[in-house]
Amino acid sequence: MNELVFFLNNVVISGLVIGSIYALGAVGITLIFSILRFAHFAHADMMTLGAFFAFFLTAMFPAVGPAIGLPTAFVMLPIAMALTAVTAIYLDKGFYKPLRKHNVKPIVIVMASLGVTLMLQGLIRMFMGTSARSMYIDDRKDIYRIDLPFELASRPLVITDPQILLFVVLIVSVISLHLFLTRTRLGKAMRAMSDNPDLARVSGINTDTVVKVTWVIAGCLAAAAGTMLSLDVTLKPDLSFHLLLPIFAAAIVGGVGHPYGALAGGFVIGFAETLSVFNWAVLLRPFRDYLWFDLPSSLAIVPTEFKITVPFFILLAILVWRPTGLFKGKVL
Amino acid sequence: MALLEATNVHGGYGGMNILNGVNMTIDQSDIGVIVGPNGAGKSTMLKAIFGLLHVNEGSILLRGEEITNAEPTVLVGKKMAFVPQEKNIFPSLSVQENLEMGAFSRKDDFAHMLDQVYSFFPPLADKRNQPAGELSGGQRQMVAMGRALMIEPSLLLLDEPTAGLSPLYMAEIFERIITINKAGVGILMVEQHAKQALQIASKGFVLAAGQNRFTDTGENLLNDPEVAKAFLGG
Ligand SMILES: Nc1ncnc2c1ncn2[C@@H]1O[C@H](COP(=O)(O)OP(=O)(O)OP(=O)(O)O)[C@@H](O)[C@H]1O
Ligand SMILES: [Mg+2]
Repeated sequence: MNELVFFLNNVVISGLVIGSIYALGAVGITLIFSILRFAHFAHADMMTLGAFFAFFLTAMFPAVGPAIGLPTAFVMLPIAMALTAVTAIYLDKGFYKPLRKHNVKPIVIVMASLGVTLMLQGLIRMFMGTSARSMYIDDRKDIYRIDLPFELASRPLVITDPQILLFVVLIVSVISLHLFLTRTRLGKAMRAMSDNPDLARVSGINTDTVVKVTWVIAGCLAAAAGTMLSLDVTLKPDLSFHLLLPIFAAAIVGGVGHPYGALAGGFVIGFAETLSVFNWAVLLRPFRDYLWFDLPSSLAIVPTEFKITVPFFILLAILVWRPTGLFKGKVL
Repeated sequence: MALLEATNVHGGYGGMNILNGVNMTIDQSDIGVIVGPNGAGKSTMLKAIFGLLHVNEGSILLRGEEITNAEPTVLVGKKMAFVPQEKNIFPSLSVQENLEMGAFSRKDDFAHMLDQVYSFFPPLADKRNQPAGELSGGQRQMVAMGRALMIEPSLLLLDEPTAGLSPLYMAEIFERIITINKAGVGILMVEQHAKQALQIASKGFVLAAGQNRFTDTGENLLNDPEVAKAFLGG
């Protein structure tokens, strides 16, 4: 029974957590692709940037959270999201829009976004150094241990406060995005522009506004993901390095241009990672007498240090067997 | 004053000019029809009028006001609407959402226009919640025209509204175009079905190699043996 609890903690909860983070990032990538038709490589750095904004705000007003009873960084999240959204709009204005004006090939804008990645990483290191920081300054992380009502389960389910808040953030984001895309004038215009940009222009849709809204949404989701992940672990300047490949893999697995696909893709990648680094020896231990081989103490599909290869292989597999993704998106 | 007056329009897609001095005048009461061989520059002329293509020389006036190289968003504000030849719907949006996108520039309530479009194109009313990409070719054409009508245009540009439709459907679309025109909308359309289209045209323009070859009333063009021989298939 404890083995099952171990599985729930290390695969199910961890998978849901990291899957949510990937989903929030991948939805942004997919939206940017469907409106601006380029792969936005600086997206993971927007996630880091959002987390740094939240960190700054937490450092400036560390007493806010304890007063309300929530992590300070979480209380600051809306402001961090707004700052990231504004940054995204200005990054577009400064680096991508001039290229679009010149009708360059999409690959040129992709390269520009690689440049923006390096620039953001440099800036973040310049201001923050390279060490890991805790997002908790005047407060500390609550960890809940939930005892299961079974005789044999002596170990508790472990879930942290920021993990629960992350699920709340994800659910609220997905519902708001869905309502925005299907109920509002601008949301429908976004879908229209993704469908047929030329006709959007002919219909008198203000395409500049749609582009701005896209950056706002992508920036907000990125900041939320970066902040929530840093709250749960720590804030590291190289956060984006670990996020870039998984969020692109998630967007492609889901079918590029498909927000709901990206959501699903995030969880596919998240669970694939947690399942492949999980120590299966623990689950098999109760059955060791019936096995035909000696159970090693550690039996994982992929050693933890090589976790990053999992999304890479999933990405390769999907590009070979189903390049349009699970939800039939555009081919990158 | 003419509704639309295009004088000596030159323009192209960046390289060589495709239009080499086209002239067209449309009054509010007109149905203008552009005919001519493939590649003559018919679609290009409509795009030039709608600001989708750079005009290098010449001028385009809307009720006397200069609109040469104006942005489509501006032209939509001036109650001009355009239905392109291809890709003229939003396939993954529902029929109703397609129509709503036509009304994007409107700040007022446009519910009455939705009703009007549905009563004008009854097949669309039953399919309003279906993705437009799942409709038949004729129904898509209705969606495309309906989308353009949502701003209650005073000038409607149509690029081959009957392309790929059966003769019966074609007659029906022409019937609709006449009704729209009678309601006070000036029409300029490109047609491949030259004979049938010129029959409903008050003005006809035969375009070839980016220039007017013949410009006259629809009836006179139909009866002109030279036009018939060279452009209407005898
Ligand atoms: N987007 C484009 N970029 C470059 N050249 C183009 C483009 N569209 C059309 N052309 C060229 O412009 C010329 C005129 O094309 P246009 O589409 O205006 O012809 P058309 O008279 O509408 O023909 P059709 O009856 O086949 O629709 C053609 O030689 C075509 O190759
Ligand atoms: Mg054409």
